[in-house]
Amino acid sequence: MMDEDDPMAEIRASFFVECEELLEALQDGLQIMDDGEADDETINVVFRAVHSIKGGAGAFGLEDLVRFAHQFESVLDGVRSGTIEADRNAISVFFQSGDILGDLVRAARDDDIADESRIQGVMSSLTSMLGADAQEDEAEEDVSDFQPMGLSLDLGLDIGGNDAPALPDLPDPGGPPAPASTVVFEDGYTIHFLPDSSLYASGNEPLHLLRLLREMGDLDVTCDSSTLPSLSELDEEKSYLSWTIHLITDEDEEAVRDVFDFVADLCTLTISGPEKPAPRGPAPDTPPPPTTSDDISTPQDSTSASLNSTSTSKAAAALNTNKTPDVKAPPPPASPPSASKKPVAPSSKSNKPRPTVRVDLERIDRLVNLVGELVINQAMISQSVAEAGLQTNSAVSEGLDEFMQLTRDIQDSVMMIRAQPVKSLFQRMSRIVREASSMVGKSVRLKTEGDATEIDKTVIERLADPLTHMIRNAVDHGIESPQDRLAAGKPEEGIVTLSAGHRSGRVIVEVVDDGAGINRERVLQIAIEKGLVAENAELTDSEIDNLLFMPGFSTASEVSDLSGRGVGMDVVKSAILSLGGRVTIQSNPGSGTIFTISLPLTLAVLDGMVINVARQTLVVPLSTITETLTLMGPDIRALGPQTNVIKVRDSFVPLLDLGFELGFRAPLDSYVGSIALLIAQEDGDHAALIVDSIQDQRQVVIKGLQDTFGQVPGVAAATILGDGKIALILDPVDVVANADGRTQPVQSNLQLAG
Amino acid sequence: MSLQILAVDDSRTIRDMLNLTLNQAGFTPHMADDGVHGIEVLEEMSPPPDAIITDINMPRMDGFGFIEAVRKIEKFRAVPILVLTTESAAELKQRARNAGATGWIVKPFEPKKLVRALQMVTG
Amino acid sequence: MSETQNQIDSTEIELLTFQVGGQEYAIDIMSVREIRGWSKATPLPHAPNFVRGVINLRGTVLTIVDLADRLGMGRTDTKERNVIIVVHTGIETVGLLVDAVSDILAVNKSELQPPPEMAADNEQAFVSALMIAGERMVRILALSAALPSENTEAA
Repeated sequence: MMDEDDPMAEIRASFFVECEELLEALQDGLQIMDDGEADDETINVVFRAVHSIKGGAGAFGLEDLVRFAHQFESVLDGVRSGTIEADRNAISVFFQSGDILGDLVRAARDDDIADESRIQGVMSSLTSMLGADAQEDEAEEDVSDFQPMGLSLDLGLDIGGNDAPALPDLPDPGGPPAPASTVVFEDGYTIHFLPDSSLYASGNEPLHLLRLLREMGDLDVTCDSSTLPSLSELDEEKSYLSWTIHLITDEDEEAVRDVFDFVADLCTLTISGPEKPAPRGPAPDTPPPPTTSDDISTPQDSTSASLNSTSTSKAAAALNTNKTPDVKAPPPPASPPSASKKPVAPSSKSNKPRPTVRVDLERIDRLVNLVGELVINQAMISQSVAEAGLQTNSAVSEGLDEFMQLTRDIQDSVMMIRAQPVKSLFQRMSRIVREASSMVGKSVRLKTEGDATEIDKTVIERLADPLTHMIRNAVDHGIESPQDRLAAGKPEEGIVTLSAGHRSGRVIVEVVDDGAGINRERVLQIAIEKGLVAENAELTDSEIDNLLFMPGFSTASEVSDLSGRGVGMDVVKSAILSLGGRVTIQSNPGSGTIFTISLPLTLAVLDGMVINVARQTLVVPLSTITETLTLMGPDIRALGPQTNVIKVRDSFVPLLDLGFELGFRAPLDSYVGSIALLIAQEDGDHAALIVDSIQDQRQVVIKGLQDTFGQVPGVAAATILGDGKIALILDPVDVVANADGRTQPVQSNLQLAG
Repeated sequence: MSLQILAVDDSRTIRDMLNLTLNQAGFTPHMADDGVHGIEVLEEMSPPPDAIITDINMPRMDGFGFIEAVRKIEKFRAVPILVLTTESAAELKQRARNAGATGWIVKPFEPKKLVRALQMVTG
Repeated sequence: MSETQNQIDSTEIELLTFQVGGQEYAIDIMSVREIRGWSKATPLPHAPNFVRGVINLRGTVLTIVDLADRLGMGRTDTKERNVIIVVHTGIETVGLLVDAVSDILAVNKSELQPPPEMAADNEQAFVSALMIAGERMVRILALSAALPSENTEAA
């Protein structure tokens, strides 16, 4: 929870969120550069991302981050200005730098430490890219140094003109002008200040400068208006005034000079420090009458007067700064190129972000819950109405139908609030590929498709680990070594493609590699060795492929640094199953392997088949049911004394009585005519689950079960039906896995005795 | 009536901080997130702002472009413009000045100093 | 029939008394969330016998424990007039199926006596104290009865 008393804490938290967005933009930009499709704007985007991170980091005193970002930014600036070339090596360093930047950001956010040695490594790569310029840049920048006098004001009055005196509101100090160029005060600083017209042109006021000086100490200012022309000849954009300033201060000369820093070449300035009588540069005439600091206002009057009442083509030009610049400076560049082009990353949104709102996740979850209640409630009303016997075409029924549709729409919309693009997840995978391939000495690149596809936030989070394993496996085992690839006539660089898309109400994520495919002989051999299959078993290609998912399968002989800890594909598969998803393999020897993950769109709602068994109503997730069968006599074959199988097309499938397996009742006498659900198991095999009857198919809201008494086997969750009663949501795969299998009726004692 | 300040920066964090600082100091901030947006906001401000603060590195139209565009508009010619930047390279100051900037402030800015700078230019 | 104290002191607690399996029990009213009538529970497969199942408590799934069964007095033969006492054990919320609710008694802690040790009845593990109310003996229920113990066997 935010500390609401400290708005800075909130801004800081928001900063880290912004950093993630910037890092994403950085990745996008680097990817474009890597693909060779970068234009000028791309490098600008990349530069700005690092620049912004640095800026914010500085504000919060995150020194490690600032230091690294600064170096990265300097190199990018070099690329931007053309002094550094962004070749393959450079881009590789940039990718690494992006990764380090991310690490540093997260370390700062979580109050953690990032890997110092890695940082140093990349840092030195960056430094060497900067080469000789590195030193210079260091000296130039003072990143965290705000100079108090850094506020400099451009006073652009030109002392041209040679005309007659007096504007009406000129100060009235009396006395003839005395040559001021020779005036040097004995103590403090003597400052002779003659602004150019361009100084005024930028909205500056000598007054402000004088004020700044006044802050530094005691100030005496004298204004010389001797060069002011008559009103009629006054060029309002020319500068006619100059000042002699006597400043007594403890500050050093540099601090004094700093006040004029910004306008240093928009004026003629001489500063002579204490006891340094020699003025630098030409000093203009200034009138002597000393005015006290309280009279500083008068120079302003004259200044503004002169600003208003003078005009020259030159000054006009100076004011029109887009045409002609300050005399002493080269013309400003044409309107920066960024104004015209929009940076575009292929699969993400356009540059100007859509307006967004940031919401507490808790609030969203509460909303999701409430909407779930709404759906249940609506179902209950529908049920009551149906039981009340109303005609289906009555106004009430039709109204209810509309209501139901509305509820569904609301539910869909609310669910999508939690949905996020998979892009950030895919970008993490990109990094995994980089690190993995460098660790095993292979050249692999990750391509992504459909990274704007939106998936429920929780699903994305829980997909991260399994996906990481799969990607690592693809790099580790899927893609061949560069030599092997070349020998096979493939390009040296292997490609892993990660794609996401919506298909028939599910989310499909694919991991494709263009490697050598699954070595089926080897896999089968290993499986036999580990006792996972019988020696003479005859398996189809697809069955062999699926052996990878069996627990205990990791190919130990190929254990590398990455997959070392024996985390196998079985863990991946169960993680995906726990999300309500499925994963399948397709492999072509020589050309590669495809893993297809199918996920539900949301976790809170389930498409289920409502069934009855042993007078209980249960819901079976539709995604687990391959088909429904009605059992005919000849299909049921005995396997052992207690068990049966049924013939489904060309294979035999174990027959299970759900009522018995759940402990609701004993096996029935006969199952002829019973309805069975064909359930797909993890290893691709099927089982047939007998139920009493099927009610209908509908979408139900998932409610968790308390695990007071431990996990209930075979049950995934619960839901509330239209009549308010609770129906358990089955986990049929679990039921099948733990099944007893008995489908023969219990023998009577009489028969047993025989 | 408090002073109206237009602040232009593409970093949300910096905008938040500017907003906070300006509000606390009694100014009325108006925010924009790049040069183009800045012009849009500016054109709707009547009377013109008492001062403008702008970043340099921004998408679509950077600080220089923005300042130049502002200076082209008659009624904004005299509005003080402070450039907020992490870089204090002379060349950059030059460019900013050429474009018509009034002064600069180095990022990260100390709130007090920013406020004082604004007070300076707005009199 | 409530016994009222003349002075209110911090050692006073309020007990909800109820009938279960023909005996009288009580629990600290602070643990009681609500009392509702019996509705048929959806059975949980392979759950301990005394877990009758789950019911819908305003949108949440509430586990129902047959207290009589849990106390070793046999499964409750449920009728419409049975009552479910929803208790919060500090960690979770559970519904206790009982026969009927009797009273709320204000009782001084000093009136509670520890139960005598008796090996025969393991029912005793669930009684944390005893109390005399008039001529009745009231058993104060230990809420651990609502939670599974290691002795529980799954069906």
